[in-house]
Amino acid sequence: MRNPIGKKVVDIKPSGIRKFFDIVQETEGAISLGVGEPDFDTPWHIRDEGIYSLEKGRTFYTSNSGLKELRQEVSNYIKRTQGITYDPIKEVFITVGGSEAIDLAFRAMIDPGDEVLIPQPSYVSYEPCAILADAVPVIIELKEENQFRLTAKEVLDKVTDKTKILVLPFPNNPTGAVMGKEDLEEIAKVVIEKDLFVVSDEIYSELTYNGKHVSIVSLPGMKERTILINGFSKAYAMTGWRLGYACGPEDIMKQMVKIHQFAIMCAPTTSQYAAVEALKNGDEDVKRMREEYNHRRRYLLNEFERLGLPCFEPFGAFYVFPSIKKFGMTSDEFCTRLLKEEKLAVVPGTAFGDCGEGFIRISYAYSLDNLKKAMERLERFLKKI
Amino acid sequence: MNTREEILNIIEKNSRIDVHELSVLLGAEEILVAGELKALEEEGVICGYHTMIDWSKTNIEKVNALIEVKVTPTRGQGFDNIAERIYKYPEVTSVYLMSGGFDLMVILEGKSLLEVAGFVNNKLATLDNVLSTATHFILKKYKDHGTILAKKYEDTREIITP
Repeated sequence: MRNPIGKKVVDIKPSGIRKFFDIVQETEGAISLGVGEPDFDTPWHIRDEGIYSLEKGRTFYTSNSGLKELRQEVSNYIKRTQGITYDPIKEVFITVGGSEAIDLAFRAMIDPGDEVLIPQPSYVSYEPCAILADAVPVIIELKEENQFRLTAKEVLDKVTDKTKILVLPFPNNPTGAVMGKEDLEEIAKVVIEKDLFVVSDEIYSELTYNGKHVSIVSLPGMKERTILINGFSKAYAMTGWRLGYACGPEDIMKQMVKIHQFAIMCAPTTSQYAAVEALKNGDEDVKRMREEYNHRRRYLLNEFERLGLPCFEPFGAFYVFPSIKKFGMTSDEFCTRLLKEEKLAVVPGTAFGDCGEGFIRISYAYSLDNLKKAMERLERFLKKI
Repeated sequence: MNTREEILNIIEKNSRIDVHELSVLLGAEEILVAGELKALEEEGVICGYHTMIDWSKTNIEKVNALIEVKVTPTRGQGFDNIAERIYKYPEVTSVYLMSGGFDLMVILEGKSLLEVAGFVNNKLATLDNVLSTATHFILKKYKDHGTILAKKYEDTREIITP
């Protein structure tokens, strides 16, 4: 029999998280701070709308771009948070999670050999999606001394005449870094000067703890060269509903929707009805969850200080990214030993790019009680090594 | 978010939290948080630090009843006078002035149906201003003070996700 597998796919490294997941599952009594999704249930009024839509028999496809009503709500939401107007018909469409939008953006914009700038540590799917779209991923290593923010110089150092897209993954998973308006202004200058496009993954935009999130689309000249990606998973605790969206220039959206139409057809109908309710009446829920995340974030940072675990203060998402360099172990060794010896699972920084070496990702999408139990284990471990 | 509201949000859910931990969660100085707490107590915003108990899980019998009470308000006093006469009974746990079909909602805790019935017959219904009462016994508590009593939270997420 011939080799059934294509070379492009084989060459892609499997996610580093997968490997660790398997070890954790075999460890009995392990507690985990390794989850990348909210611990809250989807607020009941949102779930109730989903159930109601099923009862009413709204079980058919929606239009390829998604429910008109939902696109209108997305447009309203961006208007009220960023002050930018997107045409709900031509410039907004609904995807199966933010991840689909990332994939589509690359596939719609890339010609083979184009370069995509990917800051790391960052979410695991940018690099493989770029490769699958025949792009050449070019990694920008974010630095702890910059609080893992992206600087204009770092972009300039990697730009070539083949560079087409800059991925902007902020607020960031796994570091928790956020980009302020001034930081973005520097980046925008370079993007315009070098004629690049931005794929801005703002899935954690509602989870910032030092002021409101600023999107790069709100800066002059950036709306026309940015694909804004967001979704419902993190803000409304709706990961399992698989729903996100992309906003951007009509000509790019058209091509993205074309791929989406052939590959996906449309995002889940039930989820779309629920999401309308989320955007219309979910602000209070988001506020409540953000407040609680913030308490946990402060608790962890305080504990790290007490335990002598160095960590810059992250102001976004629900992760902290402490440095373990002083213990003379690799991230992988540290996490494996922590799991074996104290049955506490955290994710090695290297799962998010080679430059995550020397760091671990700790998620605070857990109750305070859980975090306290976990910190007891971490304390025992740190005293021992 | 103002600190007062945030303090109240936290201690409403967890009154046993100590000042140190509270100050960590709020990212505020311990001394400020302690001062704010004291002020809230003195102003009567914080009225007590009680414990929520699901008595049905013990073998101690408790009966709860909601009683709708219609009363004649007194000149110059409105409902306050009669409300006071009712809330002074220790078996009465709550008294609310209501809009709608009746005037006072009285929540009562007793050891048995008989005891509750006795209170309504002998004490409540015989008060001069009370026109009528309608007693409803609570059969089962599903949720109380924002806490679901029926089941415990269970984390069903995958253990590690990107």
